[in-house]
Amino acid sequence: MKESEVPQDKSSLKENDIKELCYAVNDDGEYVTALSSGWETKTIVQEATLSQIEERIREAKQQVSDGIYSPIVYFMEVNRMDMQTLCAYVSMWKWRVKRHFKPSVYNKLNDKVLQRYADAFGITVVELKAFTGKE
Amino acid sequence: MIVDFKHHQSAHCENGVASNLLINQGLPISEPMAFGLGSGLFYVYLPFVKVNHAPAISYRPLPGLIFNRLAKRLGLKVKRIKFSNRVKAQQVLEQKIAEGIPCGLQVGVYHLPYFPEEYRFHFNAHNLVVYGKEGDNFLVSDPVMEITTTLTPAELERVRFAQGAFAPKGQIYYPIELPQSIDWEVAIRKAIKKTCTDMLAPVPIVGVKGMRMVARAIVKWPKKVGVPKANHYLAQMVRMQEEIGTGGGGFRFIYAAFLQEAGNKIGNTRLIDLSKEMTTIGDSWRDFAVNAARVYKKRKNGEDVYIALSKELMSLADREEQFFKKLKRAI
Repeated sequence: MKESEVPQDKSSLKENDIKELCYAVNDDGEYVTALSSGWETKTIVQEATLSQIEERIREAKQQVSDGIYSPIVYFMEVNRMDMQTLCAYVSMWKWRVKRHFKPSVYNKLNDKVLQRYADAFGITVVELKAFTGKE
Repeated sequence: MIVDFKHHQSAHCENGVASNLLINQGLPISEPMAFGLGSGLFYVYLPFVKVNHAPAISYRPLPGLIFNRLAKRLGLKVKRIKFSNRVKAQQVLEQKIAEGIPCGLQVGVYHLPYFPEEYRFHFNAHNLVVYGKEGDNFLVSDPVMEITTTLTPAELERVRFAQGAFAPKGQIYYPIELPQSIDWEVAIRKAIKKTCTDMLAPVPIVGVKGMRMVARAIVKWPKKVGVPKANHYLAQMVRMQEEIGTGGGGFRFIYAAFLQEAGNKIGNTRLIDLSKEMTTIGDSWRDFAVNAARVYKKRKNGEDVYIALSKELMSLADREEQFFKKLKRAI
């Protein structure tokens, strides 16, 4: 990549006034550093990822509302976690967390266990309990 | 308590921290030098590990390896401490700063408040330097940011004790013993040899063989998991390639910069010629990213576009195989 070809596209970086450093070749063939405000290709895949996350959140919300899953599934998606990450944050085995996905099991959980989930999601137990997926 | 610390922005966090820490200790090592001597260029395809619901491809070795290898080749010692106690983790960090030692920290990205939304994922192998404390807040030099920032003790604790894969466990590290003299020729030769061995490794998921495996998988994805998911896989591949630590083109350019610097340092003109070749390979990686993102954006695609992408990646693998064979002979 030549120094003059370093992309200066519109991106989330630009909105946040952040620039990224890259390495490029100057006219004398020497490597120099240059700042980039963003690259369209990257923006496309970032937007793809974000829209996919939103899709998953919407789906989870619907499933909570329909009584298929407990609110834990919804907040897991909101916090962009996968199973492994959530298990690590609440320090529970996977099978236990999976059981808590069932509304019938979830409804019987005590506040001590719910607190662990609330801490992982950065919310209060009251907020966790209040979520029904319906608005 | 503020330690005198000069912040330099870098393209990749781990090289950046390594280079920043060493420069501040009086050992001027540029980012490309840190990357090259740490044998940072790598490729591994892990189809059985899912990251963001897509197969994982990593363009770098395990977190911490770049700095450790760099330290080994330069003959310096690095102290690493992990913690199980959060209070103690903070105390030790404060004590080190009071002693005038800036510390490298492994942190999780998701809770970093100064990162834009698009970059915040549960990725736990980010690196930054803490070099002081002002009032209650910690002074932070994040190598991928243009300027230094601050974090509150609560924020810092949260990112240091992020959970999940590669959980940082509050890890801090700092160089404790600097070498008297450095044999650059030996260091550079060993580092390049290691990268060549890695990229040419006779393991199906590693190096150029790993690239070929991905290339074959790209053709199969639409049939195996359906077009929407195949496109999602492609998008995630490009994201891992060009965003998280700039793995594809970005890394090739840093490596080319290293070859140029190394060639000048030890007077090996073949390295400088190979640096040019690496630059053109890096350009092709970027073209590949552009094409893959285009396939994603178009959404509806025939089979031929996946075959075309696969061929592009195959030719990248072929070129890199030739390249690393030449590089092995050049030193």
